[in-house]
Amino acid sequence: MTVLERPAVAEVSGPIRTRVRPWRNPWRKPYVLAAITWVYILWSLVPVLVAIQFSFNDGRSRSTWQGFSRQWYCCNEGSVFEDPSMFHSLRNSLILGIATVIVATPLGVALAMGLTRWRSRASAVANGISLVPLVTPEIVVGSALYLVVVNLYQFVPLGRPAMLLGHVTFTVSYVLVIVRSRLLSIGGEYEEAARDLGANSLQAIRTILLPLLMPAVFASAMIVFATSLDDFVVSQFLFGSAENETVPILLYNAVRAAPTPALNALASILLVGSFLALILAYVALRARHRGDDESALETLADWG
Amino acid sequence: MPDPGPSQGSGHDRATRRLWPALALPGTLWLVALFVVPFYAVMAIAFSGRINIFNEPLPAWNPLDWESSTFTTVITDSFTPSGAYHEVWVRTAIYSFWALVICVAIGYPVAYYTARLAGKRRGLILALILAPWWINYITRMLAWVNLLQDDGYVNKALGLFGIPPHSWLSGSSFTVVWALAYGYVPYFIIPLFASLDRIDQRLLEASRDLGVGGVRTFLHITLPLSRMGLITALVITALPMAGDYYTNTIVSGSPNTNMVGNQIELFLLEGPQKNIGAGLVLLLSLVLMFFMFYYLVLTQRASREATR
Repeated sequence: MTVLERPAVAEVSGPIRTRVRPWRNPWRKPYVLAAITWVYILWSLVPVLVAIQFSFNDGRSRSTWQGFSRQWYCCNEGSVFEDPSMFHSLRNSLILGIATVIVATPLGVALAMGLTRWRSRASAVANGISLVPLVTPEIVVGSALYLVVVNLYQFVPLGRPAMLLGHVTFTVSYVLVIVRSRLLSIGGEYEEAARDLGANSLQAIRTILLPLLMPAVFASAMIVFATSLDDFVVSQFLFGSAENETVPILLYNAVRAAPTPALNALASILLVGSFLALILAYVALRARHRGDDESALETLADWG
Repeated sequence: MPDPGPSQGSGHDRATRRLWPALALPGTLWLVALFVVPFYAVMAIAFSGRINIFNEPLPAWNPLDWESSTFTTVITDSFTPSGAYHEVWVRTAIYSFWALVICVAIGYPVAYYTARLAGKRRGLILALILAPWWINYITRMLAWVNLLQDDGYVNKALGLFGIPPHSWLSGSSFTVVWALAYGYVPYFIIPLFASLDRIDQRLLEASRDLGVGGVRTFLHITLPLSRMGLITALVITALPMAGDYYTNTIVSGSPNTNMVGNQIELFLLEGPQKNIGAGLVLLLSLVLMFFMFYYLVLTQRASREATR
C-alpha cells in the first residue's frame, strides 16, 4: 500500500496555511476513524477476554472475580476434565473435526483440480453447484440434511455419521475455493513442461502440481478443522442424542441453565483449538508469501 | 513409468481429458447427494399430502403426488397480518434491518481505516479484526451473557454513573439486535476491507490534487468504487442473519423475540409438524434465493474480470 505523502508544511507559505482549516486538510491524521476502529476492536474482543478470565475464577460465579484458580480446567469435581458430558463433548468435537479434515480435504482438492483444469459446459454446472453451499444459510443446509437423513438415507444414523456427512458438505467448498485460487495463480505451464518431458498426467500431478499446492492444501485442511470445530447449526440438526453433543451444542444448551466457570473453561479450550489450527494455516501461507506477514493475512481475509 | 515414446501422443491426451472430469466426479457426486437431494427432500416434505400414525408427514418423492395445501397455508400464515407466522417474519426483517444498519455504521469506518489509513499498524489491526471470525459464535454470545447478567460488569459499570441495573437478558429486542450486530459484523468488515483495499490510491490523490474535499472525494470516488464490496458484505451478513435462531435463544430466550429460524427449529426438531417446518425452510430459501443468486452472479463476474 502506498503511504500518503504529507506535503512538508514548512514549504507552504504563511497566508495559504492559515486558510487551510483543520477539517479541510486532507492530510490530517484520521483520529476519528482510528478511534472508531480501536473502540470496535476492544468491543469485539474484550467480552471474550473477560469470559476467558472467568474460566480461571476461584469460585462458582461468572460475574464476580474471586481470585485465580485452575480448578475449572482440571482435576476438581465439576471441572472440564472431570465432568463426563463436557469431556465427552470435547472428544466428540475433536474426532469429528479430524474425520471431517480426512474426508473433505482430498475430496475438495480433487474437485478443485478437476473443475479448474477441465473446461466444458458440465464443469461450469458443477462449479455453480459447488459454490452454492458457501452462500446458503446454515439453517437451510442443516434442516435439509436432517430431513434427508431421517426420511431417505435411513442407513445413516443421526449422530457422528450424520454430522460427518454434514460437516464435509459445507467444508468441501472452502477447500475448493482456497485450492482453486492457488491453482489459477500457478497456471498450467509446469504440468505441460512435465508432460513434455515425458511424465504422464498422473505423474505430473503427483510430482509437480501437488507439491506446488501443498501450502494451500495444508492451509485449507486447517481451516476445515477450525470450521468443523466451531460449527453449531448443522451439528445441532444432526447430533441426535446427548452422547453425541459437540462443544458448541453443549455450550448452547448449558448457557441458559445455571452454568459454572467450567463452561467458560470449555469455551476457552475450544478457542485455543481453533486458533492453533489457524496459526498453522497462517504459517503455511506465510511460507508461500516468502515471509510477508501482511499478504498472508490478506489472503486469509480474501477468502471471506 | 515415464515412457517418452512418440506413440503415446493422442492416447495420452485422451487420458488427460478424462482425468480432470474423473477428479471432479467424487466431489460433484457428494454435493449432489448431500446438497441437491436434501433440498429436494425439503420440497418432498413441504408438499407432502400424507401423514403417518404419529402425525408426521410422509415424504412425497414423486412430484406428481405433490399437494400444495400445506405450503399454501404456510404462505398465507406468513404474509397475511393475522397469520400465525406473520409476526416472526416481520420481526426477522426488522431485527436484520437494524442489525445491518449497525454493521454498516461500525463496519464501514473500520474497514476504511484498516484498508487505507492504518499505515504501520495495518498488519496488527487486520489480525485483530480477523480474530473474532475464529472465535466460536456461541462462545462470543456466552461472553455477552456473562457481561449482561443482572450482577454483571455492564450493570456494574452503569451503576458507576448512577444508572439502575437493567435486566438485559429477559426478552429485550434491543439486546437481540445488538447481539446480532456483534455476532455478524466481522463477516461484514472483511469483504468490505478487501474491496476498499483494491481501490487505486492514485484516484484519491488525483481527486485531492484537483481540489476536491475529503467528503466529496469519499462520496464520488470511494463510495462508488466500494459499492460491490458493500453489496457483497451486506449479502454475506444478511443471509445467515435471516436464518439465525441461536442468538436470540441465548441472549433473550423469550418467545417475544422469536425469529423465523426459531419457528423452523421448533417445527423440525421438537414437533411432529415437519411439513410446516419444511414449508418455512422453503419459503425462507425462496426469499433468500434472490440475494444468493445476485451474489453468485456478482462474484462470478468479478472472478472473470480478475482472471482476464
